[in-house]
Amino acid sequence: MTDNKITNIMMAGVGGQGTLLASEILSEVLMQAGYDVKKAEVHGMAQRGGSVVSHVRFGKKVYSPIIPEGEADVLFGFELLETYRYLPQVKKTGAVVVNNLRIAPPSVALGKAEYPQDIDRKLKQRVDKVRIVDGLGLAEQAGNSKAINTVLLGALSNTLEPSHEQWIAAIKSLVPERFQDLNLKAFELGRQVG
Amino acid sequence: MQKTVLSGNEAFARAAYEAGVTVASAYPGTPSTEILENIIQYDRIDASWAPNEKVALEVGIGASIGGARTIVTMKHVGVNVAADPLFTFSYTGVRGGLVLVVADDPEMHSSQDEQDSRQYARFAKVPMFEPADSQEALDFTRLAFDVSEQFDTPVLVRSTTRISHSKSIVELGEPLAELPETGLVRDPGKFVMLPSNARVRHPMVEKRLEEMSEWACSQGFNRIEEGDGQLGIITSGVAYQYAREVFPTADILKLGLVYPLPKQMIRDFASRYKTLYVIEELDPFIEEQVKAMGILVTGKDKVPICGELTPGRVREAFSVNPQTLESVEETLPPRPPNMCPGCPHRNVFHALNRLKAYVTGDIGCYTLGFMPPLSAMDTCICMGASIGNATGLSKVLNEEERKKVVAVIGDSTFLHTGINGLMDMVYNKSTATVLILDNSTTGMTGRQDNPSTGYTLDGETAYQVDLEAICRALGVKHVVTIDPFQVDNTRAVIREAMERPEVSVVITRRPCVLIKHDVVKTSTPLYVDQDKCVACKACLTIGCPAIEWVSGKDGEKGHCRIDRLICNGCQVCMQLCKFDAFGVCDD
Repeated sequence: MTDNKITNIMMAGVGGQGTLLASEILSEVLMQAGYDVKKAEVHGMAQRGGSVVSHVRFGKKVYSPIIPEGEADVLFGFELLETYRYLPQVKKTGAVVVNNLRIAPPSVALGKAEYPQDIDRKLKQRVDKVRIVDGLGLAEQAGNSKAINTVLLGALSNTLEPSHEQWIAAIKSLVPERFQDLNLKAFELGRQVG
Repeated sequence: MQKTVLSGNEAFARAAYEAGVTVASAYPGTPSTEILENIIQYDRIDASWAPNEKVALEVGIGASIGGARTIVTMKHVGVNVAADPLFTFSYTGVRGGLVLVVADDPEMHSSQDEQDSRQYARFAKVPMFEPADSQEALDFTRLAFDVSEQFDTPVLVRSTTRISHSKSIVELGEPLAELPETGLVRDPGKFVMLPSNARVRHPMVEKRLEEMSEWACSQGFNRIEEGDGQLGIITSGVAYQYAREVFPTADILKLGLVYPLPKQMIRDFASRYKTLYVIEELDPFIEEQVKAMGILVTGKDKVPICGELTPGRVREAFSVNPQTLESVEETLPPRPPNMCPGCPHRNVFHALNRLKAYVTGDIGCYTLGFMPPLSAMDTCICMGASIGNATGLSKVLNEEERKKVVAVIGDSTFLHTGINGLMDMVYNKSTATVLILDNSTTGMTGRQDNPSTGYTLDGETAYQVDLEAICRALGVKHVVTIDPFQVDNTRAVIREAMERPEVSVVITRRPCVLIKHDVVKTSTPLYVDQDKCVACKACLTIGCPAIEWVSGKDGEKGHCRIDRLICNGCQVCMQLCKFDAFGVCDD
């Protein structure tokens, strides 16, 4: 950490998916690993099923809480269309970690627009590293479909600097004891995807 | 001391605790809401939701007069409501320190305008701090209580969405062990603002600002960061972070107190540079004052006034490595916010749409009744405006058009500033219809309690305001309460109210599906029998996120499908289906 290299993680999803909770764990892990961390998001009206985005930045010293346009190193998506929507924000040399889930926006649900096809291929065309994660399947394999967040964090963890031990330590310090086994298992299953 | 990651709002709450605050009052409003929600963790603070911002500030003023340190919080538009007490409290000054945290929403992520609250500091002649991250949110707010008492003035602390809802690392401070002494102290010359007393106080206010401007030149919250000496930048708040990001080698005068400005410090700083920028979000607030001092600066001729700043927008404004993002090659379907599955508001707007009502709307989740396919809102101005707007409209319409006018307002917003409008409606013989959408919570800001929910901020039970009785007491003869999940009845009752040539109130009562207390038990999800579905799309007209249209392949008919993971069985869609295609899932 001699030079001030900042790593930018943009998280995209649909309001109500629990992106806020995941960004919370992520920033805690990064702080415990010794980085300066900032994260930004919006609450309120945007959360009602709308498109939501969180910015997480870490390095030696972070100024802006929001990621400069086009400079995301990692695009961390909870839903395919929302990930695709923010694709222009990620560097070509960056990475995309995305949950293989499709949630129809209103115009698609009403039959007035089409959900974009082949998003995985389009992501791969633009960005070097793309990981598509079966979040729900792996969470169920870990024992509970609600552990999707932790599965996705596990998949994300491969692309970031903190060590395996630091992640485990942070999860243990943040997750209540009775859910720890489930979440550690979910994390490991996600981590194996990468 | 301990280091932790805090949002700006968590840091404001922590500052109040550390500073020895014992009274906190607020009305919820994004992005300020979480300040009070976090304050309740500190047992020594009496924290409460007021019915509106004016009451919140008046409660705060009372506590300050009683000697307590007091925090009041609100969103930017809340200050419009609280402006009346604020302006006179500026004259009286405080006894216990009082800090008003106001959270602006540049970009209007969740607001109806993006007014710049710094103008209130100058207008009300009250000092204002502006933190640039969570650490400063804690430090400046804590300091603001000392400043409030030292200069005998309320103090404003301005936040913005990117301060309130951003998290950064904070080093906590030691809380004050000794709390200020409270009790009755009579000082009518200071606190009774009759003209004769106010005339004495006003010059003191002017003198206070002059003194503070000089004092602020030597305080650590206004600081100069030396760079390579080529370019000078004056900035504050989150704009400082963007300036730092885009101009890493510039010399920066970072203002922590944005009103009154440290004039001599600015003069000295400005004299060092040929090129001087002011980088600030929204209005040219600092810029105009600096220009009035006869100093040439570049500001809003380059930096946009509208919307929030971002590193990219600052780069673009000054042509520093501007980047063009390569967009995706197709137009993506938008994903606007929507009412939740099972939201009790949905069918009300479906009925209003069908009745072709002209809907004067209000502020809350139900403002989403504007969105297609419900498309049943024609105006939305500010908290409580729906009712007065309906009265005014009715005055200028012919008899047929007048029947179309329906005001729609939520329970919390009605108690905030809707009651006065209804009083006027009856008093001045209007004939409009008012719908009070009572979902037993303040939904949009994240389900806060209010005087009609039966609970206080800290979850204790409280007297539950009787909305029907209030309406009757105001003189409304026709008050009808209905369950908005009953499709036919909802439409029939609203239709009848619209026809009636005098004021009618229809209360649609059903708790929010996300409510915190007395949690709503969701019903069994529904399914669509594909053989019975004739593809009429009637169920799609309510815009429920749980219902999706599935196109037919190769010329076959399409059908509707329900996502059983998010359907909570409200059965509004089922009542709209004329072909009996909906069924309740077995398990």
